Amino acid sequence: MKIVDSMKRAGASLAVIAMAGAVSACATTGSETPRSASANDAVPYASTYRAYPGAPTALVGATVFDGAGGRIENGTVLFENGEIVAVGDAGLAVPAGYTRIDGTGKFVTPGIIDIHSHLGDYPSPSVDAHSDGNEATAPTTPNVWAEHSVWPQDPGFSRALANGGVTALQILPGSANLMGGRSVTLKNVPSRTVQGMKFPGAPYGLKMACGENPKRVYGSRGRIPSTRMGNFAVNRQTWIEAQEYAAGDRKDRDLGKETLAGVLDGDILIHNHCYRADEMALVMDMAKEFGYRVSAFHHAVESYKIGDLLRENDVCSAIWADWWGFKMEAYDGIPENAALLQNAGACVVIHSDDQNGIQRLNQEAAKAQADGRRMGIDISDAEVIRWLTLNPAKAMGIDAMTGSLQSGKMADVVLWNGDPLSVYSRPEKVWIDGALMYDARDPARRPVSDFELGQPGEGDFK
Amino acid sequence: MSRIKTALLALAASAAMAAPAFAQDFAITNATLATGEVREPIPNANVVVRGGQVVAAGPNVPVPADIRVIDGTGMWVTPGLFSPLTDLGLWDVAAVEESNDRSAGRSPFSAALDFSVAINPANQHILSSRAGGVTRASVIGYPSGSIFAGQGAIIDLGADRDVVTRPRAFQMVAIGETGGRLAGGSRVAAHALLRNALREARDFGARSGIRGGELRPGNVRTGDDLPLDPRVADDATDRGTDVELSRFDAAALVPVVNGSQPLYVQVDRAADILAALALKEEFAALDLVLVGAAEGWMVAERIAAAGVPVIAAALLDLPERFEQLASTQSNIGRMVDAGVTVAIGPFMDMEQPRYAPQYAGNLVGLSRLDGATGLSWGEAFAAITSIPAQISGQGGRSGVLAPGAHGDAVLWDGDPLEISSAPVRVFIDGVEQPLDNHQTRLRERYRDLDESQLPKAYVH
Repeated sequence: MKIVDSMKRAGASLAVIAMAGAVSACATTGSETPRSASANDAVPYASTYRAYPGAPTALVGATVFDGAGGRIENGTVLFENGEIVAVGDAGLAVPAGYTRIDGTGKFVTPGIIDIHSHLGDYPSPSVDAHSDGNEATAPTTPNVWAEHSVWPQDPGFSRALANGGVTALQILPGSANLMGGRSVTLKNVPSRTVQGMKFPGAPYGLKMACGENPKRVYGSRGRIPSTRMGNFAVNRQTWIEAQEYAAGDRKDRDLGKETLAGVLDGDILIHNHCYRADEMALVMDMAKEFGYRVSAFHHAVESYKIGDLLRENDVCSAIWADWWGFKMEAYDGIPENAALLQNAGACVVIHSDDQNGIQRLNQEAAKAQADGRRMGIDISDAEVIRWLTLNPAKAMGIDAMTGSLQSGKMADVVLWNGDPLSVYSRPEKVWIDGALMYDARDPARRPVSDFELGQPGEGDFK
Repeated sequence: MSRIKTALLALAASAAMAAPAFAQDFAITNATLATGEVREPIPNANVVVRGGQVVAAGPNVPVPADIRVIDGTGMWVTPGLFSPLTDLGLWDVAAVEESNDRSAGRSPFSAALDFSVAINPANQHILSSRAGGVTRASVIGYPSGSIFAGQGAIIDLGADRDVVTRPRAFQMVAIGETGGRLAGGSRVAAHALLRNALREARDFGARSGIRGGELRPGNVRTGDDLPLDPRVADDATDRGTDVELSRFDAAALVPVVNGSQPLYVQVDRAADILAALALKEEFAALDLVLVGAAEGWMVAERIAAAGVPVIAAALLDLPERFEQLASTQSNIGRMVDAGVTVAIGPFMDMEQPRYAPQYAGNLVGLSRLDGATGLSWGEAFAAITSIPAQISGQGGRSGVLAPGAHGDAVLWDGDPLEISSAPVRVFIDGVEQPLDNHQTRLRERYRDLDESQLPKAYVH
């Protein structure tokens, strides 16, 4: 466990999907360009990612979880040219020229999405020279961008792919600062450059942090903030100045204010590290005060205490299944957090914040589901898969492009060798934009980072 | 709720007495049995517990007519999980320093630190682990001021005041990257420090006549089997002038150098593992256990030949440190195939002891992938029950459902290695245990968010 909370650093019905799949002209349905896509392409360091070649593929006979709450037994998933073409039951015809993969006894899900990762910013090996996740030199650093710290050779990306089926992930700055900087959303595709991993059209996020971390880091240096009220004072003053900047002509370049203005414009999404329920309630009021939205509270171990408020404010909770007790503000974490939130009608996302946890997000979700069932809250398997797919995609602003198996969306697909909610199952094949990027049975489809070449364990089954 | 309250009242009334006195005799019938030994589960089996001990467990075990019967139909019965190397009971909140007794970097003592004195049986992590089916554990903190962590204890997780079943059960030392840093900046320093400490202890033990305790096993806490604590032996031994260790630390290491107290050695790199095994060439009596061994698979035959058991993480697969470059989830499977005795652990800090079944289950899953090496179900379950018990000197008494073993039984609502399963009932020394804690109380308080009549503070 390298990074405890990074200090150390809506759904289409089955019928609709089947219908959409039957008509290829529907391929663009639901792929509305997100508002921020143009902003992303206009900024420097734009994505150079292009999908790798893939064959037209039919996954046949598997149980399909579509990511949007749907489940199809003996399903068929068709993808071609990087996009989902159709999803349906056994009656869906496989077009000529498709490679047919027998999924009998297996399961298909959309690619898993981790909304909270520090891969690349706190890479392996975890040495001081690699500690690039917290610009802990000022309590607000909205001017820094996580992508400028990402080391694409972090071996952690490949483990997240192979063992976790992770196809997209958001890399966040750490939580030392109240405003830690811009996040970046990546395709989990190896690249020589971070630009080669950037998710085309994904909006930026701004990492914010409540509570213990900022006040401890700066309080210990005898400066504001040293208290939770200090946290709010610095945040509010910063937002006041951001509003003034945003209301002006914005001609004077200011990296931090540009990010904050992007938040006020609704183009940059707020991802707010926050544990305690009372603090989350205050943050939601701060957002109202300054006219922005919180997309997701991260770590949110006490969300279950305010499921109603979170539902009313349409804020997701990105959470672990059952981490608790490692810091004072995590002492009231309970394993039923996800189930209670779901029961309250609030949005649940299972996140990792960890280079090991990202390899087992499916298992974490299964644990949270079982803990709910034991207290009488039954949540279907298909709904639980949404916690790892469409819900994080929504909170990251990429749900029009990925996160569910819907025709026209990116063909980010995992074939599991068994039920993904079982401890015994693993990804067998993972496609990103229709390209086969991992095959458990083929060492040639197993990425090996530069760092690992010529070193003990290179290319091993990890 | 009433069952739990009754149990708590019974415990409160009986706190001064030993747990076995309250053991209930019972039989669990018609359950799927995993005995903790390396074997596949047995369907339709019975387990009989009398006087706090297992009397019989198996498919054709007769159920005594006079005994309380718990119907296990559709459920699984197993021994309690044995968690090797935990920090249970040593901290409430990791980041709240005053609640945390895991490290003692500013202490003048090192090997002499005895963690048994600080283990709090009312600690929430113990309560949570118990609800997860963990009934026994070995407990120690971190090497912090020195390469020596100090002396760890064996505990049970029963809801009573007697938590420590064996104090000073083992010593732990770090000699890899961590040991090198603590020793002065280099593995070289760690090795020199360790050898000198063992030499001083050997010399001190010989001069003072400290025997340093009885040999393993025989380590049941009956009273007279417990060795005297050599640290507090009175003696007037002249220790000479070349002394790096305090008298207290030297005395603590006498049983280590005599081989009567196991020495757990934290190492990961293949070369460091061999360097650890080589210690026995100079100090032949050392009873070694390797902790970590991320690259153990590369030298598995050598570890097996040395007869040294290993406590290793199941799922480490990243080169998080240079000494872990070759880490892989196949590490344990490959070591077991080579004949090494391997328990899954440690369970410190964020690694909650109740995650053990998930980790073991992953190794079973791994065995179903071409090219990977995992464990069979029986091997995996043994790696979290009988094998850690055996490594901890509790073989045959903990981690197994076999005649004469502690009456530690866990009834699960499904396959215990599957993440959707959980314990339904937990017995320790034949005593049914309460399974509620701070977390379960919060769960019940916030089952709904209705405050129309009174605030949540009145729901309790």
